[in-house]
Amino acid sequence: MRNILTIYRKELKSYFASWVGYAIIAFFAVVFGYFFYVATAIFVNQSFQSQMMGRGFPMDMHEWVIRPLMMNVSVIGLFIIPMITMRLFAEEKRSGTIELLMTSPVRDVEIVLGKWLAATTFYACVLAISALDLIFLFVYGNPDWKPILVAYLGLLLQGACLLAFGTFISSLTRNQIIAAGGTFAVCLLLWVFEWVTAYETSTWARVVSYLSVLTHFEPFAKGLLDSKDVVYYISTIFLGLFLTVRSLESLRWRA
Amino acid sequence: MIKVEGLTKRYGRVVAVDDISFEVQKGQIVGFLGPNGAGKTTTMRVLTCFLPPTSGTVRIAGFDVLEQPLEVKRRIGYLPESPPLYPEMEVTEYLSFVGRLKGIPKRDLKRRVDEVCDRCAIGEYRNKLISKLSRGYRQRVGLAQAIIHNPDVLILDEPTAGLDPKQIIETRELIKSLAGEHTIILSTHILSEVEQTCQHVIIINKGRLAAPPDTVENLTRRLRGAESVAVEIEPRDGVPDAATAQRRLEQVAGVSRVLPRDGREGRLLFEVESLQGRQVRAELARAVVEAGWNLTELRPVALSLEKIFLELTASEQAAGGAQ
Repeated sequence: MRNILTIYRKELKSYFASWVGYAIIAFFAVVFGYFFYVATAIFVNQSFQSQMMGRGFPMDMHEWVIRPLMMNVSVIGLFIIPMITMRLFAEEKRSGTIELLMTSPVRDVEIVLGKWLAATTFYACVLAISALDLIFLFVYGNPDWKPILVAYLGLLLQGACLLAFGTFISSLTRNQIIAAGGTFAVCLLLWVFEWVTAYETSTWARVVSYLSVLTHFEPFAKGLLDSKDVVYYISTIFLGLFLTVRSLESLRWRA
Repeated sequence: MIKVEGLTKRYGRVVAVDDISFEVQKGQIVGFLGPNGAGKTTTMRVLTCFLPPTSGTVRIAGFDVLEQPLEVKRRIGYLPESPPLYPEMEVTEYLSFVGRLKGIPKRDLKRRVDEVCDRCAIGEYRNKLISKLSRGYRQRVGLAQAIIHNPDVLILDEPTAGLDPKQIIETRELIKSLAGEHTIILSTHILSEVEQTCQHVIIINKGRLAAPPDTVENLTRRLRGAESVAVEIEPRDGVPDAATAQRRLEQVAGVSRVLPRDGREGRLLFEVESLQGRQVRAELARAVVEAGWNLTELRPVALSLEKIFLELTASEQAAGGAQ
Protein backbone atom coordinates (compact mmCIF):
# COMPACT_ATOMS: atom_id res chain seq x y z
CA MET A 1 0.00 0.00 0.00
CA ARG A 2 2.80 2.37 0.96
CA ASN A 3 4.62 1.49 -2.25
CA ILE A 4 1.55 2.25 -4.33
CA LEU A 5 1.28 5.59 -2.61
CA THR A 6 4.97 6.37 -3.19
CA ILE A 7 4.67 5.73 -6.91
CA TYR A 8 1.29 7.45 -7.07
CA ARG A 9 2.65 10.63 -5.51
CA LYS A 10 5.69 10.70 -7.75
CA GLU A 11 3.62 10.21 -10.90
CA LEU A 12 0.97 12.74 -9.96
CA LYS A 13 3.63 15.30 -9.17
CA SER A 14 5.38 14.75 -12.47
CA TYR A 15 2.13 15.62 -14.30
CA PHE A 16 2.30 19.04 -12.73
CA ALA A 17 6.09 19.36 -12.91
CA SER A 18 6.11 20.16 -16.62
CA TRP A 19 3.97 22.32 -18.86
CA VAL A 20 2.41 19.25 -20.49
CA GLY A 21 -0.03 18.69 -17.63
CA TYR A 22 -1.16 22.30 -17.66
CA ALA A 23 -1.37 22.27 -21.45
CA ILE A 24 -3.72 19.30 -21.33
CA ILE A 25 -5.91 21.01 -18.75
CA ALA A 26 -5.91 24.25 -20.74
CA PHE A 27 -6.75 22.42 -23.96
CA PHE A 28 -9.65 20.69 -22.29
CA ALA A 29 -10.87 23.90 -20.65
CA VAL A 30 -10.97 25.71 -24.00
CA VAL A 31 -12.69 22.90 -25.88
CA PHE A 32 -15.19 22.30 -23.09
CA GLY A 33 -15.83 26.02 -22.80
CA TYR A 34 -16.64 26.16 -26.49
CA PHE A 35 -19.03 23.20 -26.35
CA PHE A 36 -20.60 24.61 -23.21
CA TYR A 37 -21.20 27.92 -24.93
CA VAL A 38 -22.73 26.25 -27.98
CA ALA A 39 -24.96 23.99 -25.89
CA THR A 40 -26.26 26.82 -23.70
CA ALA A 41 -26.69 29.14 -26.68
CA ILE A 42 -28.84 26.56 -28.44
CA PHE A 43 -30.75 25.97 -25.23
CA VAL A 44 -31.46 29.66 -24.72
CA ASN A 45 -32.45 30.05 -28.36
CA GLN A 46 -34.77 27.07 -28.24
CA SER A 47 -36.41 28.15 -25.03
CA PHE A 48 -37.12 31.60 -26.50
CA GLN A 49 -38.70 29.99 -29.53
CA SER A 50 -40.82 27.60 -27.53
CA GLN A 51 -41.92 30.47 -25.33
CA MET A 52 -42.99 32.47 -28.40
CA MET A 53 -44.87 29.48 -29.73
CA GLY A 54 -46.60 29.28 -26.41
CA ARG A 55 -45.20 25.95 -25.30
CA GLY A 56 -44.45 25.31 -21.66
CA PHE A 57 -41.24 27.09 -20.76
CA PRO A 58 -39.24 24.88 -18.40
CA MET A 59 -37.37 22.75 -20.90
CA ASP A 60 -35.28 19.89 -19.59
CA MET A 61 -31.88 21.42 -18.99
CA HIS A 62 -30.26 18.04 -18.51
CA GLU A 63 -31.62 16.78 -21.81
CA TRP A 64 -30.64 19.90 -23.74
CA VAL A 65 -27.37 21.00 -22.16
CA ILE A 66 -25.79 18.44 -19.88
CA ARG A 67 -26.36 15.33 -21.94
CA PRO A 68 -24.93 16.54 -25.28
CA LEU A 69 -22.13 18.20 -23.37
CA MET A 70 -21.21 15.01 -21.57
CA MET A 71 -21.33 13.03 -24.81
CA ASN A 72 -18.88 15.54 -26.26
CA VAL A 73 -16.61 15.30 -23.23
CA SER A 74 -16.48 11.55 -23.54
CA VAL A 75 -15.22 11.97 -27.10
CA ILE A 76 -12.71 14.69 -26.12
CA GLY A 77 -11.47 12.21 -23.55
CA LEU A 78 -10.39 9.88 -26.34
CA PHE A 79 -7.96 12.55 -27.50
CA ILE A 80 -6.69 13.50 -24.06
CA ILE A 81 -6.11 10.03 -22.69
CA PRO A 82 -3.19 9.12 -24.97
CA MET A 83 -1.46 12.30 -23.85
CA ILE A 84 -1.88 11.30 -20.22
CA THR A 85 -0.68 7.73 -20.50
CA MET A 86 2.03 7.92 -23.16
CA ARG A 87 4.77 8.79 -20.63
CA LEU A 88 3.91 6.33 -17.90
CA PHE A 89 6.16 3.43 -18.83
CA ALA A 90 7.66 4.46 -22.18
CA GLU A 91 9.63 7.27 -20.56
CA GLU A 92 10.91 5.03 -17.76
CA LYS A 93 12.02 2.48 -20.31
CA ARG A 94 13.74 5.06 -22.46
CA SER A 95 15.63 6.75 -19.65
CA GLY A 96 16.48 3.52 -17.83
CA THR A 97 14.69 4.45 -14.62
CA ILE A 98 12.63 1.30 -15.08
CA GLU A 99 15.71 -0.51 -13.75
CA LEU A 100 15.38 1.44 -10.52
CA LEU A 101 11.70 0.54 -10.15
CA MET A 102 12.21 -3.10 -11.00
CA THR A 103 15.19 -3.60 -8.72
CA SER A 104 13.44 -1.97 -5.77
CA PRO A 105 11.51 -4.10 -3.28
CA VAL A 106 8.21 -3.28 -4.96
CA ARG A 107 5.78 -5.63 -6.68
CA ASP A 108 4.93 -5.13 -10.33
CA VAL A 109 1.25 -4.77 -9.40
CA GLU A 110 2.11 -1.92 -7.05
CA ILE A 111 4.00 -0.06 -9.78
CA VAL A 112 1.13 -0.48 -12.22
CA LEU A 113 -1.57 0.51 -9.71
CA GLY A 114 0.38 3.55 -8.55
CA LYS A 115 0.84 4.80 -12.08
CA TRP A 116 -2.69 4.09 -13.20
CA LEU A 117 -4.22 5.70 -10.11
CA ALA A 118 -2.10 8.80 -10.71
CA ALA A 119 -3.22 8.96 -14.33
CA THR A 120 -6.85 8.56 -13.27
CA THR A 121 -6.48 11.27 -10.64
CA PHE A 122 -4.97 13.60 -13.19
CA TYR A 123 -7.84 12.85 -15.57
CA ALA A 124 -10.25 13.66 -12.74
CA CYS A 125 -8.47 17.00 -12.32
CA VAL A 126 -8.91 17.67 -16.03
CA LEU A 127 -12.63 16.86 -15.79
CA ALA A 128 -12.96 18.99 -12.67
CA ILE A 129 -12.03 22.08 -14.69
CA SER A 130 -15.36 21.71 -16.53
CA ALA A 131 -17.20 22.27 -13.24
CA LEU A 132 -16.22 25.94 -13.55
CA ASP A 133 -18.57 26.23 -16.51
CA LEU A 134 -21.32 24.19 -14.94
CA ILE A 135 -21.43 26.53 -11.95
CA PHE A 136 -23.09 29.05 -14.24
CA LEU A 137 -25.95 26.64 -14.83
CA PHE A 138 -26.54 26.54 -11.10
CA VAL A 139 -26.23 30.31 -10.79
CA TYR A 140 -28.76 31.11 -13.53
CA GLY A 141 -30.85 27.98 -13.51
CA ASN A 142 -31.85 25.10 -11.38
CA PRO A 143 -30.58 21.85 -12.88
CA ASP A 144 -30.84 18.60 -10.99
CA TRP A 145 -27.38 17.79 -9.61
CA LYS A 146 -27.81 14.04 -9.23
CA PRO A 147 -27.78 13.10 -12.93
CA ILE A 148 -24.83 15.44 -13.39
CA LEU A 149 -22.96 13.52 -10.75
CA VAL A 150 -23.84 10.25 -12.45
CA ALA A 151 -22.59 11.63 -15.76
CA TYR A 152 -19.29 12.61 -14.16
CA LEU A 153 -19.01 9.19 -12.59
CA GLY A 154 -19.49 7.74 -16.06
CA LEU A 155 -16.79 9.99 -17.51
CA LEU A 156 -14.40 8.95 -14.80
CA LEU A 157 -15.14 5.25 -15.28
CA GLN A 158 -14.76 5.54 -19.03
CA GLY A 159 -11.53 7.46 -18.57
CA ALA A 160 -10.18 4.97 -16.03
CA CYS A 161 -10.86 2.14 -18.45
CA LEU A 162 -9.13 3.81 -21.39
CA LEU A 163 -6.28 4.93 -19.12
CA ALA A 164 -5.75 1.31 -18.12
CA PHE A 165 -5.35 0.38 -21.79
CA GLY A 166 -3.14 3.41 -22.34
CA THR A 167 -0.92 2.31 -19.45
CA PHE A 168 -0.70 -1.12 -21.01
CA ILE A 169 0.29 0.24 -24.41
CA SER A 170 2.85 2.54 -22.83
CA SER A 171 4.47 -0.50 -21.21
CA LEU A 172 4.97 -2.09 -24.62
CA THR A 173 7.32 0.51 -26.07
CA ARG A 174 10.08 2.89 -25.16
CA ASN A 175 8.83 5.50 -27.60
CA GLN A 176 6.24 7.92 -26.25
CA ILE A 177 4.96 8.82 -29.72
CA ILE A 178 4.26 5.17 -30.49
CA ALA A 179 2.59 4.78 -27.10
CA ALA A 180 0.36 7.79 -27.75
CA GLY A 181 -0.44 6.69 -31.31
CA GLY A 182 -1.26 3.15 -30.24
CA THR A 183 -3.45 4.33 -27.39
CA PHE A 184 -5.25 6.74 -29.67
CA ALA A 185 -5.88 3.95 -32.18
CA VAL A 186 -7.38 1.75 -29.45
CA CYS A 187 -9.49 4.61 -28.12
CA LEU A 188 -10.73 5.35 -31.62
CA LEU A 189 -11.54 1.70 -32.24
CA LEU A 190 -13.48 1.42 -29.00
CA TRP A 191 -15.35 4.54 -30.03
CA VAL A 192 -16.27 3.58 -33.61
CA PHE A 193 -17.47 0.11 -32.53
CA GLU A 194 -20.54 1.97 -31.39
CA TRP A 195 -21.41 2.99 -34.94
CA VAL A 196 -21.81 -0.59 -36.10
CA THR A 197 -25.38 -0.75 -34.84
CA ALA A 198 -26.26 2.17 -37.10
CA TYR A 199 -26.43 -0.10 -40.16
CA GLU A 200 -26.59 -3.54 -38.62
CA THR A 201 -28.79 -5.05 -35.97
CA SER A 202 -27.58 -8.63 -36.11
CA THR A 203 -26.14 -10.33 -33.06
CA TRP A 204 -22.51 -9.75 -33.97
CA ALA A 205 -23.16 -6.07 -34.53
CA ARG A 206 -24.66 -5.83 -31.09
CA VAL A 207 -21.70 -7.68 -29.60
CA VAL A 208 -19.25 -5.32 -31.30
CA SER A 209 -21.28 -2.36 -30.19
CA TYR A 210 -21.33 -3.72 -26.66
CA LEU A 211 -17.52 -3.58 -26.68
CA SER A 212 -17.55 0.15 -27.35
CA VAL A 213 -16.83 2.41 -24.40
CA LEU A 214 -19.31 4.95 -25.73
CA THR A 215 -22.23 2.52 -25.82
CA HIS A 216 -21.82 2.14 -22.11
CA PHE A 217 -21.43 5.81 -21.50
CA GLU A 218 -24.78 6.85 -22.99
CA PRO A 219 -26.87 5.75 -20.00
CA PHE A 220 -24.54 7.67 -17.70
CA ALA A 221 -24.99 10.80 -19.83
CA LYS A 222 -28.72 10.43 -19.41
CA GLY A 223 -28.21 10.23 -15.67
CA LEU A 224 -28.88 6.50 -15.53
CA LEU A 225 -26.71 4.41 -13.27
CA ASP A 226 -26.94 0.89 -14.69
CA SER A 227 -24.97 -1.90 -13.05
CA LYS A 228 -24.42 -3.50 -16.47
CA ASP A 229 -22.35 -0.52 -17.59
CA VAL A 230 -20.49 -0.21 -14.30
CA VAL A 231 -19.56 -3.87 -14.56
CA TYR A 232 -18.36 -3.33 -18.13
CA TYR A 233 -16.05 -0.51 -17.10
CA ILE A 234 -14.72 -2.20 -14.01
CA SER A 235 -14.00 -5.42 -15.85
CA THR A 236 -12.21 -3.61 -18.68
CA ILE A 237 -10.15 -1.70 -16.12
CA PHE A 238 -9.16 -5.05 -14.63
CA LEU A 239 -8.30 -6.39 -18.06
CA GLY A 240 -6.14 -3.37 -18.90
CA LEU A 241 -4.27 -3.46 -15.60
CA PHE A 242 -3.85 -7.22 -15.77
CA LEU A 243 -2.31 -6.92 -19.23
CA THR A 244 0.03 -4.18 -17.98
CA VAL A 245 1.28 -6.32 -15.09
CA ARG A 246 1.84 -9.19 -17.48
CA SER A 247 3.67 -6.96 -19.92
CA LEU A 248 5.89 -5.67 -17.13
CA GLU A 249 6.66 -9.22 -16.09
CA SER A 250 7.46 -10.18 -19.66
CA LEU A 251 9.97 -7.33 -19.76
CA ARG A 252 12.15 -9.42 -17.50
CA TRP A 253 11.93 -12.44 -19.73
CA ARG A 254 12.31 -10.65 -23.03
CA ALA A 255 14.71 -7.94 -21.92
CA MET B 1 27.31 -12.92 0.78
CA ILE B 2 26.90 -13.54 -2.94
CA LYS B 3 26.88 -17.02 -4.32
CA VAL B 4 26.53 -17.70 -8.02
CA GLU B 5 26.41 -21.26 -9.30
CA GLY B 6 26.30 -22.26 -12.93
CA LEU B 7 24.63 -19.05 -14.00
CA THR B 8 23.59 -19.06 -17.64
CA LYS B 9 21.57 -16.39 -19.39
CA ARG B 10 20.36 -16.67 -22.95
CA TYR B 11 18.62 -14.04 -25.03
CA GLY B 12 16.82 -16.17 -27.55
CA ARG B 13 19.65 -18.13 -29.15
CA VAL B 14 22.40 -15.76 -28.05
CA VAL B 15 24.22 -16.92 -24.94
CA ALA B 16 25.15 -13.80 -22.99
CA VAL B 17 26.45 -15.50 -19.88
CA ASP B 18 27.60 -19.10 -19.97
CA ASP B 19 27.88 -21.22 -16.84
CA ILE B 20 29.50 -18.74 -14.45
CA SER B 21 30.17 -19.61 -10.82
CA PHE B 22 31.74 -17.44 -8.18
CA GLU B 23 31.39 -16.41 -4.59
CA VAL B 24 31.92 -13.10 -2.87
CA GLN B 25 32.56 -12.79 0.85
CA LYS B 26 31.14 -10.09 3.07
CA GLY B 27 32.92 -6.76 2.95
CA GLN B 28 34.96 -7.43 -0.19
CA ILE B 29 35.29 -5.17 -3.18
CA VAL B 30 35.24 -7.32 -6.26
CA GLY B 31 36.10 -6.08 -9.70
CA PHE B 32 34.13 -7.55 -12.51
CA LEU B 33 36.39 -7.19 -15.46
CA GLY B 34 35.83 -7.80 -19.12
CA PRO B 35 35.74 -6.17 -22.52
CA ASN B 36 32.55 -4.55 -23.74
CA GLY B 37 29.87 -7.11 -24.46
CA ALA B 38 31.44 -9.77 -22.23
CA GLY B 39 28.27 -10.24 -20.20
CA LYS B 40 29.09 -8.00 -17.23
CA THR B 41 25.88 -6.01 -17.31
CA THR B 42 23.78 -9.11 -17.89
CA THR B 43 25.32 -10.82 -14.86
CA MET B 44 24.69 -7.75 -12.74
CA ARG B 45 21.10 -7.54 -13.91
CA VAL B 46 20.59 -11.12 -12.83
CA LEU B 47 22.13 -10.37 -9.43
CA THR B 48 19.74 -7.45 -8.97
CA CYS B 49 16.66 -9.47 -9.99
CA PHE B 50 16.14 -7.30 -13.06
CA LEU B 51 16.51 -10.34 -15.27
CA PRO B 52 15.86 -13.96 -14.33
CA PRO B 53 18.64 -16.46 -14.99
CA THR B 54 18.02 -19.04 -17.72
CA SER B 55 19.61 -21.64 -15.50
CA GLY B 56 21.78 -21.82 -12.43
CA THR B 57 21.22 -20.34 -9.00
CA VAL B 58 22.08 -16.96 -7.58
CA ARG B 59 21.86 -16.34 -3.85
CA ILE B 60 22.33 -12.99 -2.20
CA ALA B 61 22.65 -13.04 1.60
CA GLY B 62 21.10 -16.50 1.46
CA PHE B 63 18.05 -15.50 -0.59
CA ASP B 64 17.46 -16.88 -4.06
CA VAL B 65 16.81 -14.27 -6.77
CA LEU B 66 13.98 -16.29 -8.27
CA GLU B 67 12.31 -17.49 -5.10
CA GLN B 68 12.54 -14.42 -2.87
CA PRO B 69 13.22 -11.44 -5.13
CA LEU B 70 11.74 -8.92 -2.68
CA GLU B 71 14.13 -10.01 0.06
CA VAL B 72 17.05 -9.84 -2.35
CA LYS B 73 16.04 -6.41 -3.62
CA ARG B 74 15.82 -5.10 -0.07
CA ARG B 75 19.47 -5.98 0.43
CA ILE B 76 20.81 -4.66 -2.83
CA GLY B 77 21.82 -1.21 -3.98
CA TYR B 78 22.22 -0.96 -7.72
CA LEU B 79 23.73 1.71 -9.89
CA PRO B 80 23.10 0.84 -13.54
CA GLU B 81 25.39 2.05 -16.29
CA SER B 82 23.39 5.22 -16.78
CA PRO B 83 22.16 6.47 -13.40
CA PRO B 84 18.37 6.01 -13.15
CA LEU B 85 17.43 9.63 -12.47
CA TYR B 86 14.28 11.65 -12.98
CA PRO B 87 15.49 14.96 -14.45
CA GLU B 88 12.37 16.85 -13.36
CA MET B 89 13.01 16.13 -9.67
CA GLU B 90 15.19 17.93 -7.18
CA VAL B 91 18.03 15.93 -5.64
CA THR B 92 16.50 15.53 -2.18
CA GLU B 93 13.07 14.89 -3.63
CA TYR B 94 14.53 12.13 -5.76
CA LEU B 95 16.47 10.59 -2.89
CA SER B 96 13.38 10.63 -0.66
CA PHE B 97 11.41 8.95 -3.42
CA VAL B 98 14.01 6.21 -3.78
CA GLY B 99 14.24 5.93 0.01
CA ARG B 100 10.50 5.36 0.32
CA LEU B 101 10.64 2.91 -2.58
CA LYS B 102 13.35 0.94 -0.80
CA GLY B 103 11.22 0.79 2.31
CA ILE B 104 13.00 3.21 4.66
CA PRO B 105 10.65 4.06 7.54
CA LYS B 106 9.25 7.57 7.39
CA ARG B 107 10.95 8.76 10.58
CA ASP B 108 14.42 7.79 9.29
CA LEU B 109 13.97 9.08 5.78
CA LYS B 110 15.15 12.66 6.24
CA ARG B 111 18.17 11.56 8.24
CA ARG B 112 19.18 9.00 5.63
CA VAL B 113 18.84 11.54 2.81
CA ASP B 114 21.09 13.95 4.72
CA GLU B 115 23.60 11.19 5.40
CA VAL B 116 23.96 10.08 1.81
CA CYS B 117 24.13 13.69 0.63
CA ASP B 118 27.10 14.18 2.95
CA ARG B 119 28.63 10.88 2.02
CA CYS B 120 28.51 11.56 -1.69
CA ALA B 121 29.36 15.26 -1.35
CA ILE B 122 26.23 16.55 -3.03
CA GLY B 123 25.07 18.67 -0.10
CA GLU B 124 25.33 21.97 -1.92
CA TYR B 125 23.29 20.68 -4.85
CA ARG B 126 20.52 19.14 -2.79
CA ASN B 127 17.87 21.60 -3.92
CA LYS B 128 18.86 21.64 -7.57
CA LEU B 129 16.95 19.99 -10.35
CA ILE B 130 18.69 16.83 -11.47
CA SER B 131 18.45 18.00 -15.08
CA LYS B 132 20.76 20.92 -14.17
CA LEU B 133 23.51 18.71 -12.72
CA SER B 134 26.72 17.83 -14.54
CA ARG B 135 27.58 14.25 -15.48
CA GLY B 136 29.83 13.77 -12.46
CA TYR B 137 27.23 14.98 -10.00
CA ARG B 138 24.55 12.85 -11.60
CA GLN B 139 26.80 9.88 -11.05
CA ARG B 140 27.10 10.83 -7.39
CA VAL B 141 23.36 11.14 -7.03
CA GLY B 142 23.16 7.72 -8.65
CA LEU B 143 25.57 6.37 -6.06
CA ALA B 144 23.67 8.10 -3.25
CA GLN B 145 20.53 6.43 -4.52
CA ALA B 146 22.22 3.04 -4.40
CA ILE B 147 23.36 3.33 -0.79
CA ILE B 148 20.37 5.15 0.70
CA HIS B 149 18.84 2.08 2.31
CA ASN B 150 22.23 0.92 3.59
CA PRO B 151 22.21 -2.29 1.56
CA ASP B 152 24.42 -5.26 2.31
CA VAL B 153 25.42 -5.56 -1.31
CA LEU B 154 26.28 -2.77 -3.71
CA ILE B 155 26.30 -3.47 -7.40
CA LEU B 156 27.86 -0.78 -9.54
CA ASP B 157 27.86 -1.05 -13.31
CA GLU B 158 30.80 0.93 -14.71
CA PRO B 159 30.61 3.59 -12.00
CA THR B 160 33.38 5.72 -13.51
CA ALA B 161 32.35 5.60 -17.17
CA GLY B 162 32.12 9.02 -18.74
CA LEU B 163 33.70 10.95 -15.88
CA ASP B 164 36.72 13.23 -16.08
CA PRO B 165 39.98 12.11 -14.39
CA LYS B 166 39.38 14.11 -11.20
CA GLN B 167 35.86 12.76 -10.86
CA ILE B 168 37.13 9.24 -11.51
CA ILE B 169 39.58 9.51 -8.62
CA GLU B 170 36.88 10.96 -6.33
CA THR B 171 34.42 8.25 -7.26
CA ARG B 172 37.02 5.54 -6.64
CA GLU B 173 37.81 6.98 -3.23
CA LEU B 174 34.12 7.09 -2.45
CA ILE B 175 33.70 3.47 -3.45
CA LYS B 176 36.70 2.43 -1.38
CA SER B 177 35.29 4.26 1.63
CA LEU B 178 32.10 2.26 1.27
CA ALA B 179 33.87 -1.08 1.51
CA GLY B 180 33.66 -2.88 4.81
CA GLU B 181 30.07 -1.93 5.53
CA HIS B 182 28.98 -3.06 2.11
CA THR B 183 29.98 -5.90 -0.14
CA ILE B 184 30.69 -4.30 -3.48
CA ILE B 185 30.77 -5.64 -7.00
CA LEU B 186 31.81 -3.15 -9.61
CA SER B 187 32.15 -3.80 -13.28
CA THR B 188 34.60 -2.10 -15.55
CA HIS B 189 36.55 -2.59 -18.70
CA ILE B 190 39.35 -0.40 -17.37
CA LEU B 191 42.04 -2.61 -15.88
CA SER B 192 43.83 -0.06 -13.76
CA GLU B 193 40.56 0.60 -12.00
CA VAL B 194 40.48 -2.95 -10.69
CA GLU B 195 44.12 -2.74 -9.62
CA GLN B 196 43.42 0.44 -7.71
CA THR B 197 40.04 -0.22 -6.17
CA CYS B 198 39.46 -3.91 -5.80
CA GLN B 199 40.91 -6.70 -3.70
CA HIS B 200 39.45 -9.43 -5.82
CA VAL B 201 38.92 -9.76 -9.49
CA ILE B 202 36.63 -11.80 -11.66
CA ILE B 203 37.55 -11.78 -15.31
CA ILE B 204 34.85 -12.52 -17.79
CA ASN B 205 35.08 -12.79 -21.54
CA LYS B 206 32.38 -13.75 -24.03
CA GLY B 207 30.11 -14.80 -21.20
CA ARG B 208 32.60 -17.17 -19.57
CA LEU B 209 34.96 -16.81 -16.66
CA ALA B 210 38.39 -16.27 -18.19
CA ALA B 211 40.09 -17.16 -14.89
CA PRO B 212 38.83 -18.43 -11.56
CA PRO B 213 38.00 -15.56 -9.19
CA ASP B 214 41.08 -14.60 -7.21
CA THR B 215 42.86 -11.75 -5.52
CA VAL B 216 44.65 -9.37 -7.82
CA GLU B 217 48.09 -10.39 -6.44
CA ASN B 218 47.44 -14.13 -6.70
CA LEU B 219 46.28 -13.83 -10.23
CA THR B 220 49.44 -11.98 -11.15
CA ARG B 221 51.62 -14.54 -9.39
CA ARG B 222 49.86 -17.53 -10.85
CA LEU B 223 50.17 -16.28 -14.38
CA ARG B 224 53.73 -15.27 -13.87
CA GLY B 225 55.39 -18.70 -13.61
CA ALA B 226 58.54 -17.20 -15.07
CA GLU B 227 60.22 -14.16 -13.60
CA SER B 228 60.62 -10.97 -15.53
CA VAL B 229 63.37 -8.58 -14.42
CA ALA B 230 64.38 -5.14 -15.61
CA VAL B 231 68.16 -4.64 -15.65
CA GLU B 232 69.66 -1.20 -16.10
CA ILE B 233 73.34 -0.74 -16.78
CA GLU B 234 75.20 2.56 -16.90
CA PRO B 235 78.00 2.41 -19.51
CA ARG B 236 81.28 4.21 -18.82
CA ASP B 237 83.01 5.72 -21.85
CA GLY B 238 80.82 3.68 -24.20
CA VAL B 239 81.64 0.39 -22.44
CA PRO B 240 79.82 -1.87 -22.64
CA ASP B 241 77.84 -1.32 -25.84
CA ALA B 242 74.30 -2.67 -26.06
CA ALA B 243 75.19 -5.79 -28.06
CA THR B 244 77.96 -6.89 -25.69
CA ALA B 245 75.78 -6.35 -22.63
CA GLN B 246 72.91 -8.27 -24.14
CA ARG B 247 75.17 -11.18 -25.05
CA ARG B 248 76.54 -11.29 -21.49
CA LEU B 249 73.08 -11.31 -19.95
CA GLU B 250 71.93 -14.07 -22.27
CA GLN B 251 74.78 -16.25 -21.03
CA VAL B 252 73.51 -16.16 -17.44
CA ALA B 253 72.10 -19.55 -16.43
CA GLY B 254 68.33 -19.69 -16.32
CA VAL B 255 67.69 -16.78 -18.67
CA SER B 256 65.31 -17.56 -21.50
CA ARG B 257 65.54 -14.29 -23.40
CA VAL B 258 66.69 -10.72 -23.16
CA LEU B 259 64.72 -7.88 -24.68
CA PRO B 260 66.40 -4.49 -25.18
CA ARG B 261 64.30 -1.56 -23.96
CA ASP B 262 64.73 2.19 -24.24
CA GLY B 263 66.93 3.34 -21.38
CA ARG B 264 67.04 6.89 -20.05
CA GLU B 265 70.07 9.19 -20.24
CA GLY B 266 72.25 6.84 -22.24
CA ARG B 267 71.77 3.92 -19.85
CA LEU B 268 71.10 0.47 -21.21
CA LEU B 269 67.87 -1.13 -20.17
CA PHE B 270 66.95 -4.77 -20.72
CA GLU B 271 63.98 -6.84 -19.79
CA VAL B 272 65.21 -10.28 -18.87
CA GLU B 273 62.81 -13.21 -18.75
CA SER B 274 63.75 -16.33 -16.83
CA LEU B 275 62.95 -19.93 -17.62
CA GLN B 276 59.87 -21.36 -15.94
CA GLY B 277 60.39 -21.52 -12.16
CA ARG B 278 63.92 -20.06 -12.10
CA GLN B 279 65.09 -17.16 -9.95
CA VAL B 280 67.73 -15.23 -11.86
CA ARG B 281 68.07 -11.88 -10.08
CA ALA B 282 71.13 -12.80 -8.01
CA GLU B 283 72.86 -14.36 -11.00
CA LEU B 284 72.18 -11.33 -13.15
CA ALA B 285 73.58 -8.96 -10.54
CA ARG B 286 76.75 -11.02 -10.16
CA ALA B 287 77.25 -11.28 -13.92
CA VAL B 288 76.99 -7.54 -14.41
CA VAL B 289 79.26 -6.66 -11.48
CA GLU B 290 81.86 -9.29 -12.39
CA ALA B 291 82.05 -7.81 -15.87
CA GLY B 292 82.97 -4.55 -14.15
CA TRP B 293 79.90 -2.61 -15.30
CA ASN B 294 77.73 -0.28 -13.25
CA LEU B 295 74.43 -1.88 -12.28
CA THR B 296 72.05 1.01 -11.67
CA GLU B 297 68.79 -0.84 -11.40
CA LEU B 298 67.50 -4.35 -10.93
CA ARG B 299 63.81 -4.85 -10.29
CA PRO B 300 61.14 -7.46 -10.93
CA VAL B 301 58.61 -6.37 -13.49
CA ALA B 302 55.03 -6.85 -12.32
CA LEU B 303 52.84 -8.29 -14.96
CA SER B 304 50.16 -5.63 -15.41
CA LEU B 305 46.55 -6.64 -15.50
CA GLU B 306 46.61 -5.42 -19.03
CA LYS B 307 48.97 -8.21 -19.93
CA ILE B 308 47.17 -10.80 -17.84
CA PHE B 309 43.99 -9.86 -19.50
CA LEU B 310 45.34 -10.07 -23.01
CA GLU B 311 46.98 -13.38 -22.19
CA LEU B 312 43.82 -14.85 -20.75
CA THR B 313 41.54 -13.70 -23.52
CA ALA B 314 44.08 -14.69 -26.16
CA SER B 315 44.44 -18.22 -24.80
CA GLU B 316 40.67 -18.40 -24.63
CA GLN B 317 40.46 -17.45 -28.27
CA ALA B 318 43.14 -19.94 -29.24
CA ALA B 319 41.22 -22.67 -27.41
CA GLY B 320 38.01 -21.58 -29.10
CA GLY B 321 39.70 -21.58 -32.50
CA ALA B 322 41.02 -25.11 -31.98
CA GLN B 323 37.56 -26.54 -31.40
